[in-house]
Amino acid sequence: MFSLTARFIGTLAAAAMGATLALAPANAAEDTIKVGILHSLSGTMAISETTLKDTMLFLIDEQNKKGGVLGKKLEAVVVDPASDWPLFAEKARQLIEQDKVAAVFGCWTSSSRKSVLPVFEELNSLLFYPVQYEGEESSRNVFYTGAAPNQQAIPAVDYLANQEGVQRWVLAGTDYVYPQTTNKILKAYLNAKGVKDEDIMVNYTPFGHSDWQTIVSDIKKFGSAGKKTAVVSTINGDANVPFYKELANQGIKAEDIPVVAFSVGEEELAGLDTKPLVGHLAAWNYFESVDSEANAEFIKQWHAYTKNDKRVTNDPMEATFIGFNMWVKAVEAAGTTKSDAVIDSIVGVSVPNLSGGSATMMPNHHITKPVLIGEVQGDGQFDIVYRTPGLVVGDEWSDYLPGSKDLISDWRKPMSCGNFNVVSGKCGGVTN
Amino acid sequence: MSLSRFLSIIAMLGLCLFPAIAGAQVLDDAKLKPLVEALAGDNFDNTSKAVSELAKSGAPRAAAILNALSAGDLYVSKTDKSVFIGAREGSDYAATDPLTGAKLAPVPRSAAEKIKVNNRLRRDIGAAIGGLTLMSTNATERRTAAEAILKNRDPETIPLLDQAITAEKDAGIKVLMQRAKAAAVLNSTAVDDVKIAAIAEIKSGNGREALGLLTPLANVQGPVGEAASAAISSINSELELWNGIQNIVYGLSLGSVLLLAAIGLAITFGVMGVINMAHGEMVMIGAYTTFVVQQLIRTSMPGLAEYSLLIALPAAFLVSGAIGVIIERGIIRFLYGRPLETLLATWGISLVLQQATRSWFGASNVQVSSPSWMSGSFDVGMLTLTWSRLWIIVFALSVFAVLQLVLKKTMLGLRMRAVTQNRRMASSMGIRTPWVDALTFGLGSGIAGIAGVALSQIDNVSPNLGQGYIIDSFMVVVFGGVGNLWGTLVGAMSLGIANKFLEPFAGAVLGKILVLVLIILFIQKRPRGLFALKGRAIEA
Repeated sequence: MFSLTARFIGTLAAAAMGATLALAPANAAEDTIKVGILHSLSGTMAISETTLKDTMLFLIDEQNKKGGVLGKKLEAVVVDPASDWPLFAEKARQLIEQDKVAAVFGCWTSSSRKSVLPVFEELNSLLFYPVQYEGEESSRNVFYTGAAPNQQAIPAVDYLANQEGVQRWVLAGTDYVYPQTTNKILKAYLNAKGVKDEDIMVNYTPFGHSDWQTIVSDIKKFGSAGKKTAVVSTINGDANVPFYKELANQGIKAEDIPVVAFSVGEEELAGLDTKPLVGHLAAWNYFESVDSEANAEFIKQWHAYTKNDKRVTNDPMEATFIGFNMWVKAVEAAGTTKSDAVIDSIVGVSVPNLSGGSATMMPNHHITKPVLIGEVQGDGQFDIVYRTPGLVVGDEWSDYLPGSKDLISDWRKPMSCGNFNVVSGKCGGVTN
Repeated sequence: MSLSRFLSIIAMLGLCLFPAIAGAQVLDDAKLKPLVEALAGDNFDNTSKAVSELAKSGAPRAAAILNALSAGDLYVSKTDKSVFIGAREGSDYAATDPLTGAKLAPVPRSAAEKIKVNNRLRRDIGAAIGGLTLMSTNATERRTAAEAILKNRDPETIPLLDQAITAEKDAGIKVLMQRAKAAAVLNSTAVDDVKIAAIAEIKSGNGREALGLLTPLANVQGPVGEAASAAISSINSELELWNGIQNIVYGLSLGSVLLLAAIGLAITFGVMGVINMAHGEMVMIGAYTTFVVQQLIRTSMPGLAEYSLLIALPAAFLVSGAIGVIIERGIIRFLYGRPLETLLATWGISLVLQQATRSWFGASNVQVSSPSWMSGSFDVGMLTLTWSRLWIIVFALSVFAVLQLVLKKTMLGLRMRAVTQNRRMASSMGIRTPWVDALTFGLGSGIAGIAGVALSQIDNVSPNLGQGYIIDSFMVVVFGGVGNLWGTLVGAMSLGIANKFLEPFAGAVLGKILVLVLIILFIQKRPRGLFALKGRAIEA
């Protein structure tokens, strides 16, 4: 709808330009910088992605109040890829080729990111990706402002092992690329720490799985071997609510078998009565309950913008906030919105995050983040029980997988390579 | 403020009158204060130490303070580092002095910080409170205390447990205390004979829990290890048997969910022959009706909250049924006999309904609460049954029975069957077939709506709720035999049980694929499903 109107105006403007070329060299359309928003507003992923669309509109609004970028106002172009992965690629192409956006903020699932990646590389545009993901990727045209596995999964496992004395691990996930790769990395990491295979149980379930009776009872069985057991959950989206309901109903308390989740945030807990879940954990780089001035200010403005003081904030929102501010800063440093110039100027750019520190864009197009572990509270919020002492740099190629431990990524010139092999001393290709 | 000053005056008076007693009390408070302030330690280890110190002090208010800490109600003031029990009250905390229980002046929320607890700390606090409340006069407190000690297995609690066991009158709690003592004994340096007796005690209890306690002992050399291994293998063989029973029960539970989702479709698709892709959305609308009903009850009649589901049932039936009638009158009646167009049109309707719900209620899940009689679980032998699942089995079967009655014993049912078996003959008998069509479709949709009420208890209430059930529903109806309600019942139950027997071996993903493959093979062999309709009806 929005894009249609925008395109309509664009066509009108083009027609006007043709007619009055000599008379009016400047016209309305050229006074704005267009920013693409590529988040699903319908279909299965709408539950998570709609909020990020709102966040982007909010950030653009705030930036325009400050006078825009390079003296021009920003203009949002919203498209709806409808949770359909091939449609993501089509919409991305439309945003870049027809709407001529300067940068795109979007995608949630890894499947959608993989689908648009070739489009962004072919057309040399910019994508800011705000969600935690499995790593094993680094593209010149993509900026990963969510967490890599070493910024979320590995610190969470360390916390459980050190603080809770966990010795037995259930790795439960939804059956797709993010959980499978994360679990592969975690298994290799646990094995390296001396955990035997018999103390690790890996379990996959389909998307939207709703009958958790057998699996929860299996977890109980696995947990009754006399060793402290924990569940590391990469269960995605919709399947979480029935999973937690079954846990609560079968009486598994966090004191007995804690569950640490990587995809459950404030937004997902909104549909749940969290009183029986107090103490279950989540690992993120931001929680709404973070005690900092930047966060209090952000929440206040967000509530004012949405006119709803019940709207929660979450980690991918913070990642969007960081990514957007980095782009603004890089564009201002480069003095242009041209992709090549922004790619060169954005590395090293540092902007404040919401937890009272700052985030820096690294040469591998990942950013620095603190890692926070929170425990679910009765009011649907998290209490932060652990925070890494410093910032953690996103590691795109995991050090625990045999294929990727020798690879590094550095998009600064002259190396400019996403998968440089430090053993052979060669760049393995553009990506993957 | 004035109250606390009044209290202190009273205390001072008391001090003069009964120097000995009051002196002890004041001294006690003075000793307790640093202990309580230590709870606000800067890391969990320090807080944990403070918890055990506080528990050891034996102060009468220690249990109350620890309970507040565990519940996250203990706060520390940012200015003078004093600790108080707080409750949210607008932008302030209503504060209570943890030492005396006296009311303090409210503290602004920005000036105080919650003392955080994590799981490990919560466990320690539970055990500490357990030690303090083991002799409590309140039976539930004693039970929780025994359970906490059973988890903690601290050998130091053995003398306390002995004392509690002799004093205990309630047989159930006594057994629990004995088990807690046995667990603590196994964790102690007691002699072998005592430990072997403890193993026997543990073995008689809950199988899973016993396994957890005994497994670490199996590798111990000598008679204790042997006794533990013997106990483990006997528990394991018993668990095997229970596993089979568990699969059947879980299968029936999954089957009843499938039955609920499919039974409305058995009418619209099975009886009327309409390929209704919007069936799942009728279920979703039922679930959202539950949400709206609960919201209304919460704001206007909070007393009825426990019965909100019962009120939601007729509401969901009417809402979904009405929408079903509108869809039938508005669209489907123009498409009878054109299955492909019906499929596309209803698919479109399903997308429209989903997006409408999304714009209306927002894309996120909404929260439907469970009444207390539907939460929690109970143990039968070594099997854990949850109340919600059990009620859903009962509910699914009663919906099935009522529907059978409607179809077989009422005038509407008779007409429905007449119209679906021979439309022209029924019409010439004076039955207004268009109205019967609309009512049949409404009935099927209404039943889907009440299925939504039940599913709201175990699944997400989101605009996508229906999508997850539509394929399963068609599978059940086709497998059971189109046009036969008994087929739907048997089909749902057998698919549920087959799924649950496959899941432990093949995993949830492969299990589901295997079930699909089996159904395809079955349909090849018997294209009309389990209970095929015979006679001329099928040609119509």
